[in-house]
Amino acid sequence: MTDDSLNRTPLHALHLELGAKLVPFAGYTMPVQYPMGVLKEHLHTRARAGLFDVSHMGQVILRPLGDREALDAGLERLMPVAVVGLAEGRQRYGLLTNDAGGVLDDLMFANRGDHILMVVNAARKFEDIAHLRAHLADVAEVVPVTDRALLALQGPAAEAALARLVPDVAAMRFMDVISVTAVFGELWISRSGYTGEDGFEISVPDPQAEGFSRALLAMDTVAPIGLGARDSLRLEAGLCLYGHDIDEGTSPVTAGLTWAIQKVRRSGGARAGGFPGAARILEELETGPLTHRVGLRPEGRAPMREGIVLWDAPEGGSAIGKVTSGGFGPSVEAPIAMGYVPAASAQTGTRLWGELRGKRLPVTVCALPFHPTNYKR
Amino acid sequence: MKYTEEHEWLRVEGDVVVVGITDHAAEQLGDVVFVELPEVEAMVAKGDEVCVIESVKAASDILAPVDGEIVEVNEALSDTPGLVNEDPQGDAWFFKMKIDDLSVLDDFMTEDEYKEFLG
Repeated sequence: MTDDSLNRTPLHALHLELGAKLVPFAGYTMPVQYPMGVLKEHLHTRARAGLFDVSHMGQVILRPLGDREALDAGLERLMPVAVVGLAEGRQRYGLLTNDAGGVLDDLMFANRGDHILMVVNAARKFEDIAHLRAHLADVAEVVPVTDRALLALQGPAAEAALARLVPDVAAMRFMDVISVTAVFGELWISRSGYTGEDGFEISVPDPQAEGFSRALLAMDTVAPIGLGARDSLRLEAGLCLYGHDIDEGTSPVTAGLTWAIQKVRRSGGARAGGFPGAARILEELETGPLTHRVGLRPEGRAPMREGIVLWDAPEGGSAIGKVTSGGFGPSVEAPIAMGYVPAASAQTGTRLWGELRGKRLPVTVCALPFHPTNYKR
Repeated sequence: MKYTEEHEWLRVEGDVVVVGITDHAAEQLGDVVFVELPEVEAMVAKGDEVCVIESVKAASDILAPVDGEIVEVNEALSDTPGLVNEDPQGDAWFFKMKIDDLSVLDDFMTEDEYKEFLG
């Protein structure tokens, strides 16, 4: 089951040793699950701590050519997000937008003093790097990080586990970033993740990645977790998956990501607009978007997956929307989904019907997340 | 016990055939979270999609292995779909079929042949 055309992460040999089932994902061969299985891996992460290999994601350094202010201002011309004013040692969620107000990618960016570190989606990293180079050529050098693995340690036991190797992490708050030189080289650590749980993402030099992972996995609270559980965890947390819940056709406002657009970038703010798609995005912020991303709870036990058409009536009526992510929520113990529906059908409690195998089955619009988040604010 | 190329097992009990999925199939599916069973008394033809299995990963079908009538379904799977992973070749049978001629089962694989088929 190995394909030579696929990239391998520095943890490939360890995945094989741990009995992972590997699948192609964004040009990499990645563990979708380990022998524990998706369901138990999911529940283990919520109860204790899960270790994820996310080395396929893009780590990109933006190093200012001149003064740092020019880089921050340049980045604000690509994202509807405040870059200026992000304190050193802090990370923020960002979105690259296009001229139509759609999303080119969603990402994390951190102020690491003399540079900005971005973590972008695996499937978008080459496009992102080209886009950043094209638009920031005057203000920054865009340097892909190619010699580091990226690991995520997520769950209520993550802090205690990581603190045994790196005591400094205990003092971090949600979205703090630090650099620490430890036994495993220089680690770039953020207190963040993609599961709704407290946890960390750790960038570790390639040669130390396996040793670092083994040290964590040796602790009885830590288990290896595959991309299957990563998907069900993020879905329960109501988090978007690029290419599914958000893409070049969805604006940040229709996607319900308005919290990521600070006041200072909105109409009336000191640095309002000036990013691609500002006309649409600012108007949607004022008047409300035509469609909304919503949570959906199918009645019964049958999961409704991506692509399921949503109707406004059990028979007849109109097709009004679509499921963009869906499956079974192991912590919710029920099927859950997200999708887009017109504003008029987006209120919590609205009953819709999803067409599954030729039958229309009822679903209820609900608030996100499905499972309460547990960040260390 | 007989085996199909669709990774189902067939066991004769008197004049009915009990149908389930193999250990291998359950392992490949991953954690099963939903099972839709056929109607009792339904007449089905070989190759008909008679059950839907949804795992954490994807949906798949169970096909009728032969022509016949569904005479009983395993209701326990509706409430406890995880049984399919725990005991696929025992408690987690899916349905029982009445068929005219049990000799049609001779065409299916023996356990040894199925093991060879899996490779």
